[in-house]
Amino acid sequence: MPETKKIPVAQANKNYARIRLTGSKPRKRSHANAEIVIGCVLLGIIALMVIFAPLLTSYDPTHQSLREAMLGSSPEHLLGTDQYGRDIWARLLYGGRIDLFVAIMAVLTPLVIGTILGAVAGYFDGIVPTVIMRLADLVSSFPFYVLVIVLVFVLGNGGTSIFIAISAVSWVPYTRISRGETLILRDREFIASCKASGFSDIWVLFRHVIPNIASQGIVYAMSDIVMNLGIIVTLSYFGLGIVPPTPDWGQMMNDGQQFLAAGVYSLTVIPTIVIILISLALSFIGDGLANVLKVRR
Amino acid sequence: MTTAWSDMIVSAESKAEKDGTEGRIVNPFGEDSRPHAHATRLLDVQDLNIEFVTKVHGKKTRFKAVKDADLHVDLGEIVGLVGESGSGKSTISRAVVGLNDNYSGRIVFDGRELGHKHSREQWREIQMVFQDPYASLDPRLTVRKMLREVILYHKVVMVAEADDYCEYLMNLVELPVELLDALPGEMSGGQRQRVAIARALAVRPWLLIADEPTAALDVSVQAGIINLLMDLNKRLDLSILFISHDLNIVRSICERTYVIYHGDLVEEGPTEQVFSHPSNAYTKRLIDAIPKLSSKYVEQLAQQDKPSNEEKA
Repeated sequence: MPETKKIPVAQANKNYARIRLTGSKPRKRSHANAEIVIGCVLLGIIALMVIFAPLLTSYDPTHQSLREAMLGSSPEHLLGTDQYGRDIWARLLYGGRIDLFVAIMAVLTPLVIGTILGAVAGYFDGIVPTVIMRLADLVSSFPFYVLVIVLVFVLGNGGTSIFIAISAVSWVPYTRISRGETLILRDREFIASCKASGFSDIWVLFRHVIPNIASQGIVYAMSDIVMNLGIIVTLSYFGLGIVPPTPDWGQMMNDGQQFLAAGVYSLTVIPTIVIILISLALSFIGDGLANVLKVRR
Repeated sequence: MTTAWSDMIVSAESKAEKDGTEGRIVNPFGEDSRPHAHATRLLDVQDLNIEFVTKVHGKKTRFKAVKDADLHVDLGEIVGLVGESGSGKSTISRAVVGLNDNYSGRIVFDGRELGHKHSREQWREIQMVFQDPYASLDPRLTVRKMLREVILYHKVVMVAEADDYCEYLMNLVELPVELLDALPGEMSGGQRQRVAIARALAVRPWLLIADEPTAALDVSVQAGIINLLMDLNKRLDLSILFISHDLNIVRSICERTYVIYHGDLVEEGPTEQVFSHPSNAYTKRLIDAIPKLSSKYVEQLAQQDKPSNEEKA
């Protein structure tokens, strides 16, 4: 070796802590946390009430008794009864079960499928990404509601067919979001350094790409649950969704609609308020998550 | 815990002194299990041609990034590769490390030709340190997770030993063990670059390609990284292909130097010869372009400075 003498390094003051540990870093999370807490509490209360519906009411939501039709609020019927004498409080609780379940399932499935498809489309080159993105174009070229209604028509009424119809249509935005994020990420050096470490493409995709892009999709998913709830309720309102004996919020609104002119608003307004509360809770959670999941680059 | 590994290294060093292999670190986790001895010529690149094809409005434009490059790195050697931006330095390194398989020519490593797609063992032999430590680490993973991932993916040590091995690596790159649980966002540029080096060393490579590892760092931190690389070269028998446009650094650490200009390797030789008697016109211009502090000018400044200081006092 020609020269092995060391280059002098400026010595830093040893007493000065140059290392910042994980715990000591101040993070601006309190505000975001407050949003998440409010959202989760609100959503949690509604979810628990829906799940433990039998404990909160002794009425059967489908039991008709025409003698007690159109009653106002009373200790026996907390929110009164509808035109067939069914207890509204019971219908509200039981109706939320299928609506919320389908709404959440119809978000999780497209979230997972869409994010993976988008990451694949963004990460690889060649024919597969082209096929995925043209398929996405094909689906998104139809108006959203038209396609869902057509699919529900074809598949028949009911929760399962709504779930399939929504999943088949709403994976597109997740794919777009995750493809865009992946395209940005792909050219960053840490993906190259992962490859240089010898990791296979699938490993890099699932361990490094998807965890880094998932946050955008998750935030979008929160607003998507609200939208799915809207779709389910709308379909039921039009008589396309949940089959009638099963209680659900859309039908309740539809039932109440004919009495609006007569000045009886409660039948329509009560399920609407619940849906607005859920939307509010999910927006809070979505905003909070957007702040927390932000990757510090 | 910290002292344990440094003790082991020190004891390994003192043992090596007796054996006459001074300064060589004996890996406390066992030596590389490869049965055959390594060839003296570790890396041999022959007739490397790399061409980029760009399509603009359907019209293809071909650009030769590297033309008929021949270069070699011997065992335990630090070789410099200098040239201006866009001259093909990084392109060569990416082809050698396996990130770009679109080349023609032969890349022979340790006597065997590397395929265009590396096998898992071949990835381990050649590792790379990237230019920008702010972009080359996954922002989501702590240092420990990052190192463990590499270690366990390549089965370098047993799962139970992984944490100890992480600490050994941190010691190797002279970082405090506490930083194992830090995220890249909480570290300085120099610390991140050391983590990147630790990550590259985790698989026990024989050749480290340092692609302008100091370009994104300030001068005092640069010196630390350069010293570290020189240390590792001596103590681990690590061969280093050092890519840089900073001629001063190359001059001070490299044994041999290649000069690349627009994809052509225009000059090759021992560093001192290349710098003192450059044969190529481009090399001469490159060396003349090194900013120098003329001693006359410095003295002049010093003399101007002195009286003014006294006046103030």
